[in-house]
Amino acid sequence: MKQEIIIAGFGGQGVLSMGKILAYSALFEGKEVTWMPAYGPEQRGGTANVTVIVSDERISSPILSEFDVAVILNQPSLDKFESSIKPGGTLIYDPNGISEPPKRKDITIYHIDAIGAATELDNIKAFNMIVLGGLLKVCPVVSDENVQKALRKTLPQRHHNLIPLNEEALRRGKEIVELD
Amino acid sequence: MEEKEILLMKGNEAVAHAAIRCGCDGYFGYPITPQSEVLETLSLEKPWETTGMVVLQAESEVASINMLYGGAATGKRVMTSSSSPGVALMQEGITYMAGAELPGLIVNVQRGGPGLGTIQPSQGDYFQSTRGGGNGDYNVIVLAPASVQEMADFVDLSFTLAFRYRTPVIMLSDGVIGQMMEKVVLPPFKPRRTDEEVRLECPWAVTGMRGRSKNIITSLELDPSAMEQHNLQLQKKYQTIRENEVRYEEFLTDDADYLIVAFGSASRIALKSIEICRQKGIRVGMLRPITLWPFPTARIAELAERVKGILSVEINAGQMVEDIRLAVEGRTPVNHYGRMGGIVPAPDEIVDAIEKMRK
Repeated sequence: MKQEIIIAGFGGQGVLSMGKILAYSALFEGKEVTWMPAYGPEQRGGTANVTVIVSDERISSPILSEFDVAVILNQPSLDKFESSIKPGGTLIYDPNGISEPPKRKDITIYHIDAIGAATELDNIKAFNMIVLGGLLKVCPVVSDENVQKALRKTLPQRHHNLIPLNEEALRRGKEIVELD
Repeated sequence: MEEKEILLMKGNEAVAHAAIRCGCDGYFGYPITPQSEVLETLSLEKPWETTGMVVLQAESEVASINMLYGGAATGKRVMTSSSSPGVALMQEGITYMAGAELPGLIVNVQRGGPGLGTIQPSQGDYFQSTRGGGNGDYNVIVLAPASVQEMADFVDLSFTLAFRYRTPVIMLSDGVIGQMMEKVVLPPFKPRRTDEEVRLECPWAVTGMRGRSKNIITSLELDPSAMEQHNLQLQKKYQTIRENEVRYEEFLTDDADYLIVAFGSASRIALKSIEICRQKGIRVGMLRPITLWPFPTARIAELAERVKGILSVEINAGQMVEDIRLAVEGRTPVNHYGRMGGIVPAPDEIVDAIEKMRK
């Protein structure tokens, strides 16, 4: 089993750290994993993306032209990556700020109002964990238990008081992701 | 037995952890994207409090490499890291080290050039590394890691080779391998050598005379006949390295009709292309040079006898392809595929390049 995932959005949305939690979860799952950021001079407001590959076997290229799953968090990323999803693949997007929704008919499309849910939780920083919850609902590539372990690993000790909030966000994401 | 912990980290972080664990005595460097995590990780780990390893942010890359010269002259295991324009600045120091026969490790996490270029990945420094970027007749051993694991493993290997042959060693990495996170098992802890051990291993080093004759570390010799003798001795050493230290890895070359030659991150991308080609029924294999100098010339010449064509995949305009052509000597067609300026080729572009060779 191999899942080739791209997560793309604005810098500052937590795209890279979401990918990092996914990657650590895969590590605890005993899988092979690569995490490759499109690093650059990106800052808050610019675009950011990360490719995470989770596999049972040795991973060849950390850089891909096609993906099984795309998690899209803004219009420029949708424009860039909609055509890169493999036929039969999965697209998850947050419709906030999307003026031209996805058009592909040969993939499964989900939407998730993560910005709305984060506002309800009164914590916009929970946004990326809500999205990750949605991703794991439709693509259960790692177990909840290992995601919790990964949260503990990636959050600095001083922020461990935020773990319950993050877990709530993951749960919320699983509830609100729905088919387009 | 110590249980081997599997960690997830960036290639740059792996270099820093491996340096601390392999008994490195000193790191001197100056921050530059995409390798800044090396110095960052060392600063966070504070090895000066544990192993006694010195970590110093120099005022420039020129200062870093000359600190390496000084540390190496005393027989210490010393290293620096930088990215392409920073390594360009170091070339004078590297040729001085080659001339004075000093061991040391230079890690280059390449970015696009020429000039200040870009901060995205590239393999544009192949010529700089393998041809001797500085003046005079010299070579340095060049190792090309293709994974985070190799970023960790090659640090100790580099020091071993550097001291075995009294030569600088370059680890030629790039922004992909430096910035990506992958699983890694760090090497076991090895203590730094004691002063006595340094004196035994490096009788040439300036360690204080105490009962021996004077050691002089210099690359200057004004008597041309003595300088020629020195050059002849260096060339003899380089020949020994060519005979003993060629390293490479092969994938599916047994039945291959076409051979890809690629190193570092390009070899990882090419592996994916080979998976796609094989699904299409095109038998493609790969030779991945691990040492770029010395180059696996003899093995490529052998493989050239039985393939229909060779494709050099590099993230540059075509540099290693010259060494491949020298090895192949016209036995089979040799093409190049690459991207430049910080653009990394995608697997399907390489598949297209292979299909073009078949026409």
